[in-house]
Amino acid sequence: MLNYTIRRLVLAVPTLLFISLVIFMLLELAPGDPMAQVPLTVPPEVKEKMREALGLGQPAHIRFFKWIYQFFVIEPQVLCDALFGTHFAEGELRVISWQTRSPVMDIVVQRLPQTLWVVGVAYLVAVLIALPIGVYSAYRQYSFFDQAGTFITMIGFSVPPFFSGVLVIVIFSVQLGWFPSIYDTTHKVTDWESFMVQLKQMVMPVMVLALQITSQISRFMRASMLDNLNQDYVRTARAKGLTERVVVLVHVLRNSMIPVVTVIALGIPQIFGGAIITEQVFKVNGIGQLLITAIQANDLPMVQTLTFIFAVLIVLFNLIADLLYGFLDPRIRYD
Amino acid sequence: MKFNLAMIAATAATALMPLAASAERGSDGEVKIIYWQAPSILNPYLSGGTKDIESSSLVIEPLGRYDPDGGLVPYLAQEIPTIENGGVSADQTSITWKLKSGLKWSDGTPVTSADVVFTAEYCMHPEGGCAQLSKFNGVSSVDAVDDLTVKVTFTEPKPNPYGPFMGGQSPIIQAAQFANCLGAKAPECTDANFGPIGTGPFVVTDFRPNDVIQLVANNNYRDPNKPAFASVTFKGGGDAAASGRAVLETGEFDYAWNLQLAPDVLAQMASGGKGQAISAFGSLVERLEMNLTDPSPSLDADTRATRKAPHPFLSDINVRKALSMAIDRELLVEVGYGQAGRPTCDLVPGPKVYASGNTDCLTQDIAGANAMLDAAGWAMGSDGVRAKDGVRLSILYQTSTNAVRQDFQALIKQWWSEIGVETELRNLDASVFFGGDPGSPDTFQKFYADVEMYANNFDGTDPQAYLSAYRCGGEPKPESQWQGENINRFCDPAYDALIDELSRTSDLEKRYALAKKMNDMLTNQSFTIVPLVDRGRVSAHSNSLGGVVLNTWDSELWNIADWHRK
Repeated sequence: MLNYTIRRLVLAVPTLLFISLVIFMLLELAPGDPMAQVPLTVPPEVKEKMREALGLGQPAHIRFFKWIYQFFVIEPQVLCDALFGTHFAEGELRVISWQTRSPVMDIVVQRLPQTLWVVGVAYLVAVLIALPIGVYSAYRQYSFFDQAGTFITMIGFSVPPFFSGVLVIVIFSVQLGWFPSIYDTTHKVTDWESFMVQLKQMVMPVMVLALQITSQISRFMRASMLDNLNQDYVRTARAKGLTERVVVLVHVLRNSMIPVVTVIALGIPQIFGGAIITEQVFKVNGIGQLLITAIQANDLPMVQTLTFIFAVLIVLFNLIADLLYGFLDPRIRYD
Repeated sequence: MKFNLAMIAATAATALMPLAASAERGSDGEVKIIYWQAPSILNPYLSGGTKDIESSSLVIEPLGRYDPDGGLVPYLAQEIPTIENGGVSADQTSITWKLKSGLKWSDGTPVTSADVVFTAEYCMHPEGGCAQLSKFNGVSSVDAVDDLTVKVTFTEPKPNPYGPFMGGQSPIIQAAQFANCLGAKAPECTDANFGPIGTGPFVVTDFRPNDVIQLVANNNYRDPNKPAFASVTFKGGGDAAASGRAVLETGEFDYAWNLQLAPDVLAQMASGGKGQAISAFGSLVERLEMNLTDPSPSLDADTRATRKAPHPFLSDINVRKALSMAIDRELLVEVGYGQAGRPTCDLVPGPKVYASGNTDCLTQDIAGANAMLDAAGWAMGSDGVRAKDGVRLSILYQTSTNAVRQDFQALIKQWWSEIGVETELRNLDASVFFGGDPGSPDTFQKFYADVEMYANNFDGTDPQAYLSAYRCGGEPKPESQWQGENINRFCDPAYDALIDELSRTSDLEKRYALAKKMNDMLTNQSFTIVPLVDRGRVSAHSNSLGGVVLNTWDSELWNIADWHRK
């Protein structure tokens, strides 16, 4: 297992380098100009000077290797400095955002809490709701509960958050006035009172996101349970006289979890990636909102860095999902 | 619950009313502002974005600002220098500003002429990439005469010497804070760029790029009774509809900036009764630009859309005039802008003194346009499209992707079809269309289309630089990497002579007359530019927020020191 893990990690290095090159080339070839948002009243000569100040005058390969060096050498040093109080990165140029002229990683770190709170909680809530729904829907296939569950998941699948988000805002903020429509990212939880405020402002985005995620996972869970419920080993278990509870929740559930675990594990990088549309709708201003504003402003260092971080997370959670199989299914061994 | 709280707050506010009149600093609590474009940086010299200029105007201030009528108001200066008061030299080659005495930065240190000199040095540094460099055009030196006096010398006479240090784009920054941030080092000073020390009514306590800014009242602000608010929360992000909703419908915020919304949407929001929409007009004009050169793809790259190849039919003034006559501008305003727009025939719609006030284009005249085209020899073909000598009136009409612009395109296409002009519509992503990438065929500068539509305006109140853009030779072309401001490729020696005359003329009355004459040459005399809508600014504030005066000539937050709770 350890050997396998190490082998996979080593293999990930060239994969990630290749991904970073592809991202860079895609951004390089995409149309757009970081000066497009600057008003037309700023003359073209001035814009040209601003582009030069951003380092756009240099050839593409130099900019690419500069980014590689800054991301893989300088940023870890900065992290080390921050954690242990060392001084490796002093005076070194970090990955700088073109919009804010400040280090990209600082902004990412600043944005992570919002995203983890909202998207993370939504994910957790969704998984907690989806698994029981999936199990029960499969066990009582075509019952009223199953039909209702199917209906709701279809809604969750097909209604996009830019609609459902605005809808809940109109209902719960404008009409009823229960929840704020704008998320306060500066809010600090210090006591019960402020925790309730935090809960209140999280309800709507979590609701919208959880509906979508629940829909996906509960469908997977249901399908996987159905596959297993008709297997011979289930009949054997029942013939042995085991209670239905043990048959379903121990024998069938454990076997059905294998594909669902992959889906859940591969969904985790999305938590870090934020939920672009939902964050925009509720002004959560997390990683998703950061990415979309960076794309709109053609802030290439920011887009490159964020996309690459997502790539790292996806590669990492793929590995974790593979390793989890081994724990769930004793037949799977990697050595 | 929420309603109850609002009632209590309202009662409390009424009870405090007599006190509010003699309000002292920080007595009105918090004011919450929302901008749907989030500020990225608080240093306008490193960003040309309106959101960044306006948010930084809470903190850093120029020597003088423009008021809502376009007049000049001293801020850090004792008075606005003019030739009459001796502040501007008689030959107009220098302007001398005097700072108010006793001014302090928010950290308590005195504001001196050295800070003003440093600001000029910061922006004029060759490696800095200063976004406001054009404000310092023609400045040869900026010198401190004494602690409170600064003299700006120009290389040649400047009839409009109010470029540097005037308006939200050109505020004074503290020399001590930015001393190590000159030139290439500018982006490294994150702390200074995110939290400039200023003279304005508020001080930054927390800046989160592209998200939120928190500010508190500046204890060293020059008026001891201002600002009335103790703190400001400046939230960014989302879209115009959401920020309008937050002010007008839910009442979570006090002020929402630039609500570019469909007129009916805005009216419905305002009926919520929590606040009101306000509008004001500046110099932003949505216009059609006629391409005077041939954009045909059959031409080679060095000739296409350059002055070497005149346009096959738009070079005929009758065609351009007919295209303008076919448009119903009233209807366009009604569909797209409502209270935020009014029909215009002028490139310079304001300030009043500079505006020609032409009205001849306001009535749609399809029959007249048809008759004129007939007379000019453009005969209607069997397919409903006019042609002359084998040239068909077939137009490629491009603009940026934007709901209102696409509505305009559809309406105008319909009107043009009624005068026998065939139109193909095209819309391009704004970041490509307005991005000056010389390699892209889709930029507005390259103009690989017959007609294009966008909006433009000028900074401050003087249109000289704006009108000077149409100089012969200033057009985007391959030799200039497709950079240039003369988008139409307009070329008229008589116009160039007027540009030169305007740059020499200081007498205001004569300047007004010249600007009007130039405006007319571009619009209703040549139809090179076909103005459509004078676009105003719509913002909204809550009913309890007092003191808001919408200003389109400077930062919208120009008088936030006077804002108070009603």
